[in-house]
Amino acid sequence: MADPLIELIEVSKSYRRDTLEIPVLQNITMNVPEGEFLALMGPSGSGKTTLLNLIAGIDRPTRGVLRVAGTELGALTETDLARWRSRTIGFIFQFYNLLPVLTALENVELPLLLTPLSKQERREHAAVALELVGLADRVHHYPKQLSGGQEQRVAIARAIVTDPPLLVADEPTGDLDRVSAEEIMNLLGRLNTEYGKTVVMVTHDPRAAERAKTIRHLDKGSFA
Amino acid sequence: MELFRLILKNTMRHPLRSILTVLGIAIAISAFGLIRTVIGAWYSGVEASAPNRLVTRNAVSLGFSLPLAYKEAIRGIPGVADVTYAHWFGGIYIDEKHSQFPQFAVNTENFPEIYPEFQLPPEQKAAFKQQRNAAIVGRKLAERFNWKVGDIIQMRGMIFPGEWEFVIRGIYKGAQKSTDETQFIFHYEYLDEKLKQTEPWRAGNVGWYVVKVKDPKQAAEVAEAIDRRFKNSLAETLTETERAFVLGFISMSETILVALRIISMVIIGVILLVLSNTMAMTARERLSEYAVLKTLGFGARHLIFLIVGESLLIALSGGLLGIFITYPAAHGFERAMGDAMGAIFPAFEVAPITQMICAMMAVLVGLAASFFPTWRAVQVRIVDGLRRVG
Repeated sequence: MADPLIELIEVSKSYRRDTLEIPVLQNITMNVPEGEFLALMGPSGSGKTTLLNLIAGIDRPTRGVLRVAGTELGALTETDLARWRSRTIGFIFQFYNLLPVLTALENVELPLLLTPLSKQERREHAAVALELVGLADRVHHYPKQLSGGQEQRVAIARAIVTDPPLLVADEPTGDLDRVSAEEIMNLLGRLNTEYGKTVVMVTHDPRAAERAKTIRHLDKGSFA
Repeated sequence: MELFRLILKNTMRHPLRSILTVLGIAIAISAFGLIRTVIGAWYSGVEASAPNRLVTRNAVSLGFSLPLAYKEAIRGIPGVADVTYAHWFGGIYIDEKHSQFPQFAVNTENFPEIYPEFQLPPEQKAAFKQQRNAAIVGRKLAERFNWKVGDIIQMRGMIFPGEWEFVIRGIYKGAQKSTDETQFIFHYEYLDEKLKQTEPWRAGNVGWYVVKVKDPKQAAEVAEAIDRRFKNSLAETLTETERAFVLGFISMSETILVALRIISMVIIGVILLVLSNTMAMTARERLSEYAVLKTLGFGARHLIFLIVGESLLIALSGGLLGIFITYPAAHGFERAMGDAMGAIFPAFEVAPITQMICAMMAVLVGLAASFFPTWRAVQVRIVDGLRRVG
């Protein structure tokens, strides 16, 4: 069995509202090996997006140990965590979250601004990523000129352009029609099988979850 | 695509909002610049004053004259290089509306030498000195009334009753921009001789003396010596530097100047609020985008660069446009003031320092307006910015 890319030991997360502490995740222990395609499912409020956020390093656990790609995230400062994210994680959001003022190419190029690549190199990398997701002919289109499926493919190109080992996707098909959703899942499948990317995906959609190698169900902050 | 390009694109995301904000800032900066120019023009006489000239007047007030006999006594005081004198005339040319320009009777022997900033061609200077009712006028005044050398000017005396006839023998130009080019200057002897005939008890007096000191560093000591010399006389003197003398006039309008300064700062406050509102709206709308950028690994310094950069871009665009339109605004102001302009503001120009202050104000407004949006964007947690909790 491959080494775990993601390791959670007794991880809990709670939010505080006024004096009230609301537990969201409780004592989660989990290992995700490299090359895994994991689908996290569960009802609304079960804590699946919170778990995804913790794994992605955009939120911090209240308790427990969280190690991703060999880095203990709890020990990192905000600046180090941001740097770590830029190298390790590719994000895919439900509503794509592209910058509307940038073209597809510029959106994909965005994470590369944090690298020492030259402008020419950045352009080339972004063009290759867009070609990979089948949008070579849409590089100069703005998000509003693209369909939902195309926007999500641009978002996937942005997620993979820095070649991160881990892709996290939060309801990647949640805003798409069935055909587009199918295309996106095919693409994530290819990235997992052909390019060896580890994928952790939150979804409500059983069809999407079927494409994963492993499905874990969360309920009230714990694995069911 | 560089981050600077993203700033440009963000700025033009809502073109109407950005353009209206830029125009608002431009108008405000222009108004600020115009007010600063007015204040500067008020003080132009101070800038034009020479450090080596003292003004000696009656200690009671300027409304009281001094005996002409003081001249030689002042000349004899150590440290005095030369002395001349002048008398306010206050005549009416055509009507009162046209008469708002300074008119002085001066000692023609050495007045041009003590006031070298009034530049007069040598032949005109000679002609002025030779003819008893000759006058010299400033370039702006000559342009205002279309006067030429040789023209005969009729005035009706208000302080010194009677009809007065002058012949223009010279038109002087100012050596500096701040030099007053609106003055009407004629022979004291012309005034005094006529007074001897009509009102002899008023003859032999002057309005004030202008004392040229050998060393400006000794100005205070010389002024003290002059006043000491005439202590307990019938007409005690008050001697001060020319600068202090001019400032004394300006202090009469101090309340107006303070009001203008307050208005100019209120204008800056208003544009700060306008831009702050724009930037606050912008940051609120883009909070999720900032969260996405943070998610991608962009740090606080990148967000600061984006938000402060956009705010500065808008503020500086407005500021530069405002500085540019200050010139036609100042020209329009001059035209609106009409004939009164020369009398109130002998030198009225948008100074380079005013442009610099306007630009600085625009930068300050840009920085200040971006403070809260930047702080908010930097502080917001990514998960809150994305507004999605599973």
